[in-house]
Amino acid sequence: MRSAEEAAVGGAERGAVGGGAGGGSRGRAAVLVAGLLVTAGLLVLVAMASVALGARSMSFSTVIDAFLVPNGSSDHTVIRELRVPRTLLGLGVGATLGLAGALMQSLTRNPLADPGLLGVNEGAALGVTLALGLFGLSDPAVYVWFAFGGAALAAMAVHTLASSGRAGSSPVRLALAGVALGMVFTAVSSAILRMDPQTFDRMRFWLTGSLAGQTADTLARLAPFMAVGLVLGLLLARPLNALALGDEAGQALGVAVNRTRILTGVAVTLLCGAATAAAGPLWFVGLIVPHAVRALVGPDQRWVLPYSTLAAPVLLLGADVVGRLIARPGEVQVGIMWAVIGAPVFIMLARRRRVAAL
Amino acid sequence: MTVRVGPWSVRLAPRALIACLGLVAALCVVSVAALSTGEFTVPVPDIVRAVFGQGTPVAELIVSRLRAPRVVTGLLVGAAFGVSGAIFQSLTRNPLGSPDFIGFTAGASTGGIVAVVAGGTATQIAGGALAGCMVTALLVYALAFRRGVQGYRLVLVGIGVNALLVAVNSYLLTRANINDAATAGAWLTGSLSGRGWDHAVPVALALAVLLPMCAAVARPMRMIEMGDDAARSMGIRVEAVRAVAITAGVLLAGVATAAAGPVVFVALAAPQLARRLTRSPGVTLGASALMGAVLLTAADLAAQRLLAPTQLPVGVLTAAIGGTYLALLLRKERR
Repeated sequence: MRSAEEAAVGGAERGAVGGGAGGGSRGRAAVLVAGLLVTAGLLVLVAMASVALGARSMSFSTVIDAFLVPNGSSDHTVIRELRVPRTLLGLGVGATLGLAGALMQSLTRNPLADPGLLGVNEGAALGVTLALGLFGLSDPAVYVWFAFGGAALAAMAVHTLASSGRAGSSPVRLALAGVALGMVFTAVSSAILRMDPQTFDRMRFWLTGSLAGQTADTLARLAPFMAVGLVLGLLLARPLNALALGDEAGQALGVAVNRTRILTGVAVTLLCGAATAAAGPLWFVGLIVPHAVRALVGPDQRWVLPYSTLAAPVLLLGADVVGRLIARPGEVQVGIMWAVIGAPVFIMLARRRRVAAL
Repeated sequence: MTVRVGPWSVRLAPRALIACLGLVAALCVVSVAALSTGEFTVPVPDIVRAVFGQGTPVAELIVSRLRAPRVVTGLLVGAAFGVSGAIFQSLTRNPLGSPDFIGFTAGASTGGIVAVVAGGTATQIAGGALAGCMVTALLVYALAFRRGVQGYRLVLVGIGVNALLVAVNSYLLTRANINDAATAGAWLTGSLSGRGWDHAVPVALALAVLLPMCAAVARPMRMIEMGDDAARSMGIRVEAVRAVAITAGVLLAGVATAAAGPVVFVALAAPQLARRLTRSPGVTLGASALMGAVLLTAADLAAQRLLAPTQLPVGVLTAAIGGTYLALLLRKERR
């Protein structure tokens, strides 16, 4: 019987985060579950749009036929070999970045934490660049480990840089440290790529963040890492809830503080590393989605994390589809789309009176 | 130590004075090395003669026409970046505050790329960079303004604008034809190769006008570092001082970028290295200018000679400087 235990822990957490209404919590939970289902439905719709729409216009029946009776025509090949892997990639990358951002914001208690802004994705990108450009490793399941290494290194470095000095860590210091580190990583990456024009040409779009150009095989090699990161991250909702009021309060609620922090770090590394290896360093997905989600569902991580995981791919894929349509016959990379959408939102957040409020 | 001349007096710190003299000496050594070495070595006495117009025609061509403009441009650009960085580090009260991170350099790049794509001449590219930098600065300032401009809000808004402009830049590069993209790509790394006197003169003029302006607000800026309220209580018009300082810092960064392309990290590292060297409590403009000049000329010399005959763009070297500087910060904080 888990229900008694669950009620006890849940009660403690509600006390800790000050959220949740005692009596109506069952009704609220039903609403939130319904919301999750709606988000999942949106995800399916966006995924269908992503398969059906693109630089080449096709009738709806052609798209259906590509799955039911594939005849090897060029339209069917485009759908099966390009659009479906691209859509799946967008789903995976969106989910991982959304969850990674939510985890980072929760762990650092910093509303501006974002895998791209804090340089973690750039660190992972440097790892991938090293593996591909210098060592010539082309197996995604191998070079993803370089991405993990770069992401972990960047996360630790940015944390150390930001918490330096007497004032301690603040959203602004963390953001500046992340941007500074990210610029160094990017400079090194592009220096490496410049030495090797062939690799540069292949990775130019990847370096600005793009869902195009990856094969189904790459996705299959990276999917297990994404899956492990997602499961681990989602399981951390309860201890992170308890840490929301501070390490001491968390300890008093029976959470192993250091273990939670380390596990969260591992999850973030896995998520950011795998996402960056697949789609390049993307900004703002992990920043804005959890913000929007918190505004809707409140501060309880048991809802924030799954909502972020489901909502981020909706927005990422949506931006990708729009990017394909607005510049036909070319396309705008999803990294550029997200910077254009994300930067104004970020500036709006920065203009708020209390940046530190989470 | 206070020096009094008639009604004026200047406070001098001996340590800072010695450090600055040391920087000047280093600058001389690096400049002479850059003037004399290369594919064709010019002995030092010949350089002196060439500078005074009495050398052999060959030495004069190489020194006065080819190498001297490059060295002088590097020196002036470095100084401009150094002062600009010092201003923004003081304004943001953060050793990582730098025009590179808050959009100004990216804005200058956007202006430069637009000029390249439009088929502009070198002068037009420089003008585009300057215009881009100033428009970006206005945008950041306006967006960060909310009953005054707080340092932290300037930083955050700047980071947002920076991200946006970086995306715009890469979009422009992917849209440009391959030749323009290559030209713009080379310019974007920051380089001093092929710089003539027409690159050096605008930077020199800008420094001549803007440095006195910076010197005038240097002291009130030190007060503002202690907090807006404290500064106000000492009779300082905080927003006015800040506006002057931002204007000067932006113009310096813009002019420097126009001359050499977006050379990153000099503005970040120079003020802090100068501060360590002079052991002053805050960033100082004069020492930062000297340190910036030394850093950039030395980096350019290294870029030319390290892998000779392959010429690296100086931006690669300054990125390495930036990385080393961050690593030093990290090491210091771990203790």
